[in-house]
Amino acid sequence: MLNNRNILETINMIEKENLDIRTITMGISLLDCCDSDGEKARQKIYDKITTLAKDLVKVGEQIELEYGIPIIHKRISVTPIALVAGCSSDTNYVEYAKVLDKAAKAVGVNFIGGFSALVHKGYTKGDRILIDSIPEALACTDLVCSSVNVGTSKAGINMDAVAQMGRIFKETAYLTREADSIGCAKLVVFANAVDDNPFMAGAFHGVGEADCIINVGVSGPGVVKKALENVRGERFDVVAETIKKTAFKITRAGQLVANEAAKRLNVPFGIVDLSLAPTPAVGDSVARILEEIGLEVCGCHGTTAALAMLNDAVKKGGIMASSNVGGLSGAFIPVSEDEGMIAAVECGALNLEKLEAMTCVCSVGLDMIAIPGDTHESTIAAIIADEAAIGVINNKTTAVRIIPVYGKGLGEKAVFGGLLGEAPIMAVSKFSSLDFASRGGRIPAPVHSFKN
Amino acid sequence: MKAVITVIGKDKTGIIFGVTSVLAENDVNIMDINQTIMQEFFTMIMLVDLKGMKGGFEELKKKLEKKAEELKVTIRIQHEDIFNCMHEV
Repeated sequence: MLNNRNILETINMIEKENLDIRTITMGISLLDCCDSDGEKARQKIYDKITTLAKDLVKVGEQIELEYGIPIIHKRISVTPIALVAGCSSDTNYVEYAKVLDKAAKAVGVNFIGGFSALVHKGYTKGDRILIDSIPEALACTDLVCSSVNVGTSKAGINMDAVAQMGRIFKETAYLTREADSIGCAKLVVFANAVDDNPFMAGAFHGVGEADCIINVGVSGPGVVKKALENVRGERFDVVAETIKKTAFKITRAGQLVANEAAKRLNVPFGIVDLSLAPTPAVGDSVARILEEIGLEVCGCHGTTAALAMLNDAVKKGGIMASSNVGGLSGAFIPVSEDEGMIAAVECGALNLEKLEAMTCVCSVGLDMIAIPGDTHESTIAAIIADEAAIGVINNKTTAVRIIPVYGKGLGEKAVFGGLLGEAPIMAVSKFSSLDFASRGGRIPAPVHSFKN
Repeated sequence: MKAVITVIGKDKTGIIFGVTSVLAENDVNIMDINQTIMQEFFTMIMLVDLKGMKGGFEELKKKLEKKAEELKVTIRIQHEDIFNCMHEV
């Protein structure tokens, strides 16, 4: 039986602590849309998306209304387009991005992810054309997100792809220079990408997935921060336990929404992603949780340990709360999308090196980081290689979503608005990685991947 | 379907009457009702059954919101499962 304290606690979480469901993401397989005629393939893609997702936004809004919990985004993820478009004789895939954009707008979702290629071991013809098309595709669409997987623990790291992605980031930044290079905010490079990620920009619908599924991403850094305010001065055991219990409650809300959405859309439930996803709003920050744990500013010594504990406790609480956990599941540390992270960078407490260390112990990686527009493509490639190595060696997902803001330098800011927020431009090493990035080839799979 | 209605605001006469009259007009049955003054704030929590309700959920929610404006309180109506799922293992 419900008691009043519990009811008021839930209401406070929603009203005062920014508890929300970040996204309901419908994963749609486009494998049956392949056609040797690109025009026909695109028509099939448009028809399939607009048929399966036609009620997604409406159902999301209904659930929001009935349960009184905000659902911030409704999104779609699709099969990596390189696999679908590769069957056609097209030599440029920008039209595929345009059709995804058009379908997303027709059904009213906030983003569509899957303009993607998986090249961790090598390129197919489709992968090559898709990656070449990314800058233009992101510049001429609004809602399309793109991702490229360049490494896995099983295959090692494709260093040709790493070098190429350095160039692709630069080109995308240039083509979207009028809007602080915002195209790069919709592009992410992965190692160990997951098939069922509901979060953007990295969502795509993996080939092992069912035809259509519902994945849900929760949020709630504000709720964790508030819960920790009540245990100030207590030992770490108490801190971990508090986070765990809070994560349980947050995830339960996500599981409920996921089940309900799946039922109403008549689509199987996929997973709940346990990530604590921040927004630029005050009171919705992962950095502020770390500070609540006892750090003067996020980025000072102790940050990595605090984040490791946070990430682990969130998983422990969340796993118990959901029947199927997947996606990235951990704490997100995007700079531009987290008010506390922005403040930490601005006061000089948080730099790229510390962020890299933090990515070793939490989900994702270097996320929404603005760097000077004149950063050389080989430096960006080397940053990607470092992150990919962390992921490949540690059997975890890592990613790079970095924005070399065209025409801007240190001391300036990139402003994207909305959930993407704003990012102070951060310093990169002034020393060159050119010879390293130019080698090409593959970094072999690590020895611990040979488990068979 | 059962829902939880919470009414929070500055205490004055007629709040319970105002809210329950909207429910009665729409054939919403009250199953449990609990009211207290917390830190000078009127706080009422009701469990209601919407099974025989006239009209839809959204319509009822709008009527309650209109009543909330009149009474200068906040009224929320939410499916009970959001509370059950978060607080029961």
